[in-house]
Amino acid sequence: MAVTTGRGVSQPQERRRAPMARPAFGLRAALAGHFRILRRDRFAVAGAVILLAFVLVGTFAPQLAPSDPWTIHYRADGSPARLDPPSREHPFGTTNVGRDILSQTIYGTRTALFVGFTAAILVTFIGTNIALWSGYLKGRIDDVFMRLADVAFSIPFEPFAIVLAAFLSPDIWNIILAMALLMWRTPARTIRAQVLSISERPAILAARVAGAGHLRIVYRHIMPHILPLCLFYVATEVGLAIIMEASVSFLGFGDPTLMSWGQILNVAFNTGSLNRAWWWATPPGVAITLVVLSVFFISRAYEEVVNPRLRRV
Amino acid sequence: MRAFLIRRILQSLLTLWVIMSIGFVMFRMLPGDPSSVIADPYLGPEEVAHIKQRYGLDRSVPAQYLIYLQSLARLDLGNSFFYVRPVTRVMADAVPNTLVLVFASFLFAYGGAIPAGVLLSWKRGTKLELAGTFFSLVFRSAPRFWTGLMAVMIFSYFLDWLPHSGMRTPGYEADNLFEKYVSLDFLQHLILPTVVSGLYFLALPLFLIRNTMLEIMGEDYIEMARAKGLKEWVVMYRHTLRNALLPVVSAASVFIGVALGGQVLIEYIFSWPGLGRELVDSINRHDYPVAQGAFLLISTTVVAMNFLADLLYGWLDPRITYR
Repeated sequence: MAVTTGRGVSQPQERRRAPMARPAFGLRAALAGHFRILRRDRFAVAGAVILLAFVLVGTFAPQLAPSDPWTIHYRADGSPARLDPPSREHPFGTTNVGRDILSQTIYGTRTALFVGFTAAILVTFIGTNIALWSGYLKGRIDDVFMRLADVAFSIPFEPFAIVLAAFLSPDIWNIILAMALLMWRTPARTIRAQVLSISERPAILAARVAGAGHLRIVYRHIMPHILPLCLFYVATEVGLAIIMEASVSFLGFGDPTLMSWGQILNVAFNTGSLNRAWWWATPPGVAITLVVLSVFFISRAYEEVVNPRLRRV
Repeated sequence: MRAFLIRRILQSLLTLWVIMSIGFVMFRMLPGDPSSVIADPYLGPEEVAHIKQRYGLDRSVPAQYLIYLQSLARLDLGNSFFYVRPVTRVMADAVPNTLVLVFASFLFAYGGAIPAGVLLSWKRGTKLELAGTFFSLVFRSAPRFWTGLMAVMIFSYFLDWLPHSGMRTPGYEADNLFEKYVSLDFLQHLILPTVVSGLYFLALPLFLIRNTMLEIMGEDYIEMARAKGLKEWVVMYRHTLRNALLPVVSAASVFIGVALGGQVLIEYIFSWPGLGRELVDSINRHDYPVAQGAFLLISTTVVAMNFLADLLYGWLDPRITYR
């Protein structure tokens, strides 16, 4: 329920509104449509550019990073480069044992984007399918899923993810698991409301009369209408997942062998280096903020499509 | 209305039961069960068996589950391994501290958002609106715990204006409850965590107000008010804001539920002795009864608050019908 987009959509409101999807035919037309959605919005363009930059940094991390994130660097006099401020050699400075913070931040991008996108796609996939079948079949199945969604809404996400990650083995898949177990609730509920209204449309009834099977109706006739909503949720959940991964690793329950932004912050905080090295904790946080902002701008472009009331006048 | 109330209560009870079961699974079934912690590795197998028996860990899983539900029904959360006292007592110490912080953040966020939201809609299209939007979005996107780290770095370490952690200066003894929470020392410790989490919470009511204000400003009665020659601020604050408040109130009613879960990391970095810090610390200390108690208490509060929010929302907006 904390999933608000900052544009001010509170849960009760979300439940009441019935957004209209723009009809799209075929995958190619749909993709072209999405490109148009993004291009129309200046902020969405900026968001897409920033996100693309991070994706490139993550992909080419080994080529871009000046060194391995775990390498201990030494000064000219042979002493370890402990807490060296930013310099030409180490643009973001070094850690308390002499590791290069720029390299750590670059490698951390990989973990963040991997967790962010995997979790977001998984969550939206689960949520969308529950919504599609729940809204299409109605009846008992719908009841069961919606009660489950109510329960999922009442479980506070952060404590749940922290406890789960702490007790299972320290592995990024556990953060993805925690997201998948809980966060399907938002897309499931909102998309279901949409599916309910779409499945009453004449075109859907016509398809049923023409003898189309359930699978075909759901995935060929209803699914295209809710695609913008799905993409909106993918974008929203990416930001959430990245922050969650950072939080869990910051608390020390993340994968210790994997360089991540949360882990950089964990070491900086727990070695008590905040009062001596401003350059240490700053870059990973700025990176998280930039990625979350960029996906927010992208998601907002989709939100305006699914909810025209928000369109700026 | 009564049917709605009964259904909603039953639903909350069902949710509570699911949460308790999740708690059971998470704290009993996952690797590293409690006995591995209580039982010292130097103890012989007999002593281990004795300890297991004492904590009921030698029984079958369904039997353990029943005992667990029974003791929860009696509000018995067991004893803390670390503090060696009942978990309920540990929680009773932590809850007020958490609530004070959540409430202060609430005042900061909603108290600031209302005038700021009106200002943003009023000064539409100006640099002020751009700057306001930008900063509130940045604070909304940045992880709260990182904003907290930056605040500690700047205001505690570099400027040395405010204390960086804790709730009171060590050694400070309050004479009574009033002085415990209303003293200069306490307020100084309260400022940073409040402002950091408040800035995060600010964006939601801010944009709610701004957007609803913009919508309402097109209505006829606003034009009428302007035509009467009323001052602009009277139109904004008295006529428009009043109707723009409804969505904010509904957001505010779910606030505590939403905020409690998210405050865990804020409490952790500021060493604020509340439920969230207790949760993280007890996990690190393998103090399962306390971790379980904190998790259950946070979740139960969320359920209760959502229940109240539903009722409040319908009461405030008569257009909503209970079904």
